[in-house]
Amino acid sequence: MGSRASSLLREEDIEEIKKETGFSHSQITRLYSRFHSLDKGENGALSREDFQRIPELAINPLGDRIINAFFPEGEDQANFRGFMRTLAHFRPVEDNEKNKDLTSGEPLNSRTNKLLFAFRLYDLDRDDKISRDELLQVLRMMVGVNISDEQLGSIADRTIQEADTNGDMCISFSEFIKVLEKVDVEQKMSIRFLH
Amino acid sequence: MSPFNNLLCMLLGISFTVWFTLLLVFIIVPAIFGLSFGIRGLYMKTLLKELKEIRRNGSSRDLDGSASSTTTGPSPSTSEFEMSDTFYFCRRGIESIVDDEVTKRFTAEELESWNLLTRSNYNFQHISTRLTVLWGLGVVIRYGFLLPLRLTLAITGVSLLVVFTTMIGFLPNGRVKHFLSEKVHLMCYRICVRALTAIITYHHSENKPKNGGICVANHTSPIDVIILASDGCYAMVGQIHGGLMGLIQKSMVKACPHIWFERSEVKDRHLVAKRLSDHVKDKSKLPILIFPEGTCINNTSVMMFKKGSFEIASTVYPVAIKYDPRFGDAFWNSSKFGMVNYLLRMMSSWAIVCSVWYLPPMSRQEGEDAVQFANRVKAAIARQGGLVDLLWDGGLKRGKVKDTFKEEQQKLYSKILVGTMCLQSSLNMSS
Repeated sequence: MGSRASSLLREEDIEEIKKETGFSHSQITRLYSRFHSLDKGENGALSREDFQRIPELAINPLGDRIINAFFPEGEDQANFRGFMRTLAHFRPVEDNEKNKDLTSGEPLNSRTNKLLFAFRLYDLDRDDKISRDELLQVLRMMVGVNISDEQLGSIADRTIQEADTNGDMCISFSEFIKVLEKVDVEQKMSIRFLH
Repeated sequence: MSPFNNLLCMLLGISFTVWFTLLLVFIIVPAIFGLSFGIRGLYMKTLLKELKEIRRNGSSRDLDGSASSTTTGPSPSTSEFEMSDTFYFCRRGIESIVDDEVTKRFTAEELESWNLLTRSNYNFQHISTRLTVLWGLGVVIRYGFLLPLRLTLAITGVSLLVVFTTMIGFLPNGRVKHFLSEKVHLMCYRICVRALTAIITYHHSENKPKNGGICVANHTSPIDVIILASDGCYAMVGQIHGGLMGLIQKSMVKACPHIWFERSEVKDRHLVAKRLSDHVKDKSKLPILIFPEGTCINNTSVMMFKKGSFEIASTVYPVAIKYDPRFGDAFWNSSKFGMVNYLLRMMSSWAIVCSVWYLPPMSRQEGEDAVQFANRVKAAIARQGGLVDLLWDGGLKRGKVKDTFKEEQQKLYSKILVGTMCLQSSLNMSS
């Protein structure tokens, strides 16, 4: 029988997600259909295997790290709220002008929060610092076997040298923000969600 | 016992006789001669009118995908590593999570407006009582009238096929046998076509496959075979099954040569290739029918063609099959439904409406390898059928994607970096 996706999502939930993430009603129902179609086990939550089943994601060099971002600390099931919360980081910033009814604090798709998402991709142990090792790990994921350890090491060293201002040989979040201040983060870390 | 019982028996007897006579006259006899009364065409027109009404009454929805274009930003174009290089991969990753080209090919296509079948009811809320009444009426017609009719026809068609092909098998090989076998196959497939209420439009019949050729088509369901074989005679290729399928296969091969493989032989690619080329070299044998995708895809796209059939030296006759999803979804989602369940669903849909295009024959050109040839044929089929041409392997339905694709991406990114690295290191050495 066809999927009764929308009937499992209640109006109150949609309203809450709307307030928290800033997505519109139709965007939320559409993304719920997508969530449902990825959820092969039909248990209302996505596992890492569900994400891995997307071929375009499986061949992405940073695929595993991106998938990780959907799972809160130590858990291996992502429910719809968490799914939407993570996707909300990638909402374009212009859309905020249309949705003024967001709750407290900064919207999930602010520049700072987008940068935080990218920072967390590097900072695997969540100690709020990108160490040389963590930087090397991400570099290795992106280049595969095509660059030698020495070359990669020198790239990492140069990057840390340029970014590190307090001499601790690690990149903190504020140093990360400073390094990327000229980069158009709002555009590069956004995707278009059709209404 | 009582006169009432006698009356009942008489009535039942009469209705059965009437039923079968009607069946015979209006459906089976035309099937034998390849004629048509136009009943199915009329049926289709009526259905279309009804569905248009429903659409006007507002049970439709917008079907644009919920993602994104990939136009935002090029690949990391700077030639030195920057921490923002990860942004490109992040963006692509999230885009593929929101919508990707591959996973949606393995489930039934979504419809723009409801066609009164529960199974296609994805997100359509309760619109009106009128619609629900129509739906109820539809259920009664489909399950009460159409389904028994179609089942009778299907059983007739299959039994006639088995019986007649076995009988023909006793004849000595020669022109008579060949002629009869053709007629029998066509007749039985035509009955099966009517059993599914399949309304098929054939285009460009002048390009129909000839002996010694290989016919390739996009694959959506096992019904593809019935649709093609009711318009021409083919040699089928496949694995021998047990049970009813096996019985049908064994009797078919008595009447004319088909290529059936034992399960163990299927893995042996050389054996497969040899048997296919032997068959193709013999010009008296029928053209082979092959589905190079290797698995059923949901008829919105054409996925990678396996190169095996394109390595054999012969003319390839491409055929594009496109189903109209408004009347019933023909896609066989083998992870969800077994064969019997699937056939029952097919027989309780409104109809199977499809178009078949015979494309001009193609051969492998000088300097082209099998993979390039396969892609060329695939592109032609996709273009004709209005389907999306994908390079992804249909095997991704069940299996994981190969690591080589990831390695390619990594190589591309490395090239961008290494370019400047060589320059920098040589600068460092000289200074």
